[in-house]
Amino acid sequence: MNKRLVYFTPLLAALGIGLILYTAIGKDPSKLETARLNDPVPAFQLEDLRNAAQTLNEESLRGRLRLVNVWATWCPSCKAEHAYLEKLASEGIPIVGINYKDERDAALQWLSRLGDPYEFNIYDPEGKLGFDLGVYGAPETYVVDPQGVVRHRHVGELNARVWQNTLQPLLEKLGMEGR
Amino acid sequence: MKNLMLVFVALLGLNLVGSWARASIDVYEFSTEETREKYHAVIKELRCPKCQNQDIADSNAPIAKDMRREVHRLVEKGEQPDAIVAFMVERFGEFVSYRPKVTGSTYLLWFGPFVLVVVGLFVVFGVARKRAGNPTRNKQLDVNEAERLKTLLKETKSSAGEQASEKDNK
Repeated sequence: MNKRLVYFTPLLAALGIGLILYTAIGKDPSKLETARLNDPVPAFQLEDLRNAAQTLNEESLRGRLRLVNVWATWCPSCKAEHAYLEKLASEGIPIVGINYKDERDAALQWLSRLGDPYEFNIYDPEGKLGFDLGVYGAPETYVVDPQGVVRHRHVGELNARVWQNTLQPLLEKLGMEGR
Repeated sequence: MKNLMLVFVALLGLNLVGSWARASIDVYEFSTEETREKYHAVIKELRCPKCQNQDIADSNAPIAKDMRREVHRLVEKGEQPDAIVAFMVERFGEFVSYRPKVTGSTYLLWFGPFVLVVVGLFVVFGVARKRAGNPTRNKQLDVNEAERLKTLLKETKSSAGEQASEKDNK
């Protein structure tokens, strides 16, 4: 009996490895969960995009459940998702922008041309806040809760599929927690 | 076990040496030769989050460039390599370190290979011992067996002889 079991070990090992590999099918390895998950947004002091005289900091992201969208005019996927952000904003979803490694003039032009879905924009020309957040490629969209804590990150274009499958359920869950 | 692990890490290191020649070009000034060496050591230890199969020394992605700039700044500030890697891990996750910490989720990664080697050794020794202990291998035949062997050989010989003679007849 014991001996027979030995003959089955390769089969069992293969099944085990197969199971591990099977669970990884369909996962996109280029999409990483943020290291800042469940941590507060790191401290920063940056200008408002529209109003250079106004300084924004991590406190500016508290008080409300929000999407924080990292974007730039040099980023093609940002353009692709812009219309969808407009749609979300028109439905009352609060979105704050981080204008990442960009130029102020170009960014303001973009907003007047394509529309402005943002509550306000944090102007981060050197990508300092982006770096501290762990942004590795725009666009990225963070879910930040009323306590200023990062609850999720989506890397890449935000579209209807991502919204319906991931963000909307999460926001509903967090919204209920907050109430 | 610890020695084995060191050998393993050293082998990984050798593997990385191969990519030195392709390192990207940045212009950085270093205050001392020591900081330069530290810088080059650290950028080999960090994986680029954007282009995932390259270290940041080897990548031209904007984020790799930013990370090199930060490594340079921290090295010049006098930070130790471990602290710099921790700084990056804090921002970009355990993912960016080529030497992930030994935690629950990385046990398989760190110790899996050794477990497989040990299992393999057990199998090899088991098979070898079984063969060495097999009585038909090196035991002399006893009288009965020798007798039986003789008759068997005779039978085959004679039947082979019959076949041969049959062929001759044809």
